Amino acid sequence: MLKDPSLDGRFGEFGGRFVPETLVPACQELEAAFRDAWADPAFRKELDDLLRDYAGRPSILTECHNLGKQLGIRLLLKREDLNHTGSHKINSVLGQVLLAKRMGKKHIVAETGAGQHGVASATAAALLGLSCKVYMGEVDVQRQALNVFRMKLLGAQVVPAVSGSRTLKDAVNEAMRDWVATVEDTYYAIGSVMGPHPYPWMVRTFQSVIGQEASEQCHSLLGGKDPDVVVAAVGGGSNAIGIFSGFVDTKARLIGVEPAGGAAVGKGMPGVVHGMRSYLMQDEHGQVQEAQSISAGLDYPGVGPEHSYLASIGRAEYPSVNDQEVISAFQVMSRSEGIIPALECAHPMAWIIREAPKMQGQTILMNLSGRGDKDVAQMMEILDGQI
Amino acid sequence: MSAEIGTLETYLRKKRSEGHKLVVPYITGGFEGWTDAIRAAAANGADAIEIGIPFSDPVMDGPTIQHASEMALRNGATPISILHQLRSVDVGIPLAVMCYYNTVHHAGNERFANSLRESGVCAAIVPDLPLEESGLWCAAADTSCVETVMLAAPTAPDERLPRIIDRCKGFVYAVGLLGVTGERDTLASSALTLAKRLKAITDVPVLIGVGVSNAQQAAEACTIADGVVQGASVMRRLIEEDADAVGDYIAEVRKAVDQC
Ligand SMILES: Cc1ncc(COP(=O)(O)O)c(C=O)c1O
Repeated sequence: MLKDPSLDGRFGEFGGRFVPETLVPACQELEAAFRDAWADPAFRKELDDLLRDYAGRPSILTECHNLGKQLGIRLLLKREDLNHTGSHKINSVLGQVLLAKRMGKKHIVAETGAGQHGVASATAAALLGLSCKVYMGEVDVQRQALNVFRMKLLGAQVVPAVSGSRTLKDAVNEAMRDWVATVEDTYYAIGSVMGPHPYPWMVRTFQSVIGQEASEQCHSLLGGKDPDVVVAAVGGGSNAIGIFSGFVDTKARLIGVEPAGGAAVGKGMPGVVHGMRSYLMQDEHGQVQEAQSISAGLDYPGVGPEHSYLASIGRAEYPSVNDQEVISAFQVMSRSEGIIPALECAHPMAWIIREAPKMQGQTILMNLSGRGDKDVAQMMEILDGQI
Repeated sequence: MSAEIGTLETYLRKKRSEGHKLVVPYITGGFEGWTDAIRAAAANGADAIEIGIPFSDPVMDGPTIQHASEMALRNGATPISILHQLRSVDVGIPLAVMCYYNTVHHAGNERFANSLRESGVCAAIVPDLPLEESGLWCAAADTSCVETVMLAAPTAPDERLPRIIDRCKGFVYAVGLLGVTGERDTLASSALTLAKRLKAITDVPVLIGVGVSNAQQAAEACTIADGVVQGASVMRRLIEEDADAVGDYIAEVRKAVDQC
């Protein structure tokens, strides 16, 4: 099992609660409410019921025979793309919005990169009767137009973030500024295992359902054995930590794949932004650098603090892949397996394709965190004329 | 910084004891004309000046100060260049800096505290470093004789305020409203409520900041608080006009608070 953070919200030296004074009582209240809800069988049952009857859990495990043969490995996919709304984000959002309701909050504010967390938040808010406002970088509003329209259909208000790099980092800034002003009746649903304590821990707890299911499914498929390698995309790191949680006590290598242009662990150093101390891409004066990735969901210069911790103790590895490798993997997966992946999960796929020669005969479990529908328009432009 | 000024807190307490309300403008370091604006503000009745060190992700700031920070960064401003230029700014009143914690963390607590002291800065305000996370920085700042101004927010329960005040040096920064910096039409009622709560439990000067948007609102705030910190209304004048406009504005605020 992954360890719980210390009382001051630390995973080793990472994490904490670096927020404006205005938000401290709200974070404390949230922590208390989450501890209370998670210990309450009625809350757990309500969430489990929603995950099963609304989101469609458990998600299945698919073996990729074609790609496996081509690459000389055994390749298993945890199919989070088949969840309602098309990604793993719904796991955390159903938990968070249920909690918001239990806390008596009336409004949800959220940030989104690819729009998957925004769509999931809008969905849960619609289902549970809360209003929803989603901040999204202006660049992402354009490249993920489909998800913007989905959010609007679901009744959410989408506010473009026009500051800075106009991507996920800036959407988080805007959502935090909003929350500072609305904290009394508004719940901030953070989209990943990032932000101030208790978010990284709470979101991980909600996402650990991925790892629990995958562990049981692997045991039954592999005759009680675990995979040799578990791999996932890392933006903030929620789908990765979700699947890692089921395998941290095994001998499996844990691999979180970052985009080359947003490699917080690979190219960053410890810093403090968005409420947490974690690896962060920054310049020589401590200004946060703008990430550059084809994938809106991974276009983030930071990473959740627990990943920084797992990297620091050597339990998990954080390699990166570049946009070209990702574009290629996106097509390989579509053609070989009939599965169009989200651009985010084309990252772990690209890493597997690159590293397969060194992993011959091994069993690789990959978290397919989302489906690619949202990325089709963007890929159409990129692949213009090549297909 | 001249030796006779002493610490920010002794200076502000002395001014207060003379029946004087405290006017503290905020100016973004590195924004074009910023050192002239400091001089103009000091010459027109400011009691201390808060200098913002621009950061890429200023989550407590609204559009005006975000814009000023972005322009300053585009001009090539860095924490080092700003502190370096401050060495040659001696305006006879205490200087404090406002910076986000990553700026401190990146340099290292001790090194940053030392560099403030060496540049003649008395105090630091770090808006994303709440009480629970402030231990390492406060220890380093204490060692370097840099005062750490703590923020108190309207959301703080009663039991929290005395703990904030215990750690606080210079003055208590009473956050006037729920929200980020920026001009508002009226002074939020939360500003006066919080100032009252703080005045009831401390003798440290209590200044209201965030959302004190003009001379009249400053005077209203000073009916209860010991003074005000004003940022967006100052920076808008520097952005749209020049240092002289900042000076005129501070004179207007000075006059308004002196009458209350
Ligand atoms: C399908 C998918 N995978 C991964 C991510 C990245 O987030 P995280 O690293 O928190 O899983 C996103 C974010 O938008 C996503 O939509």
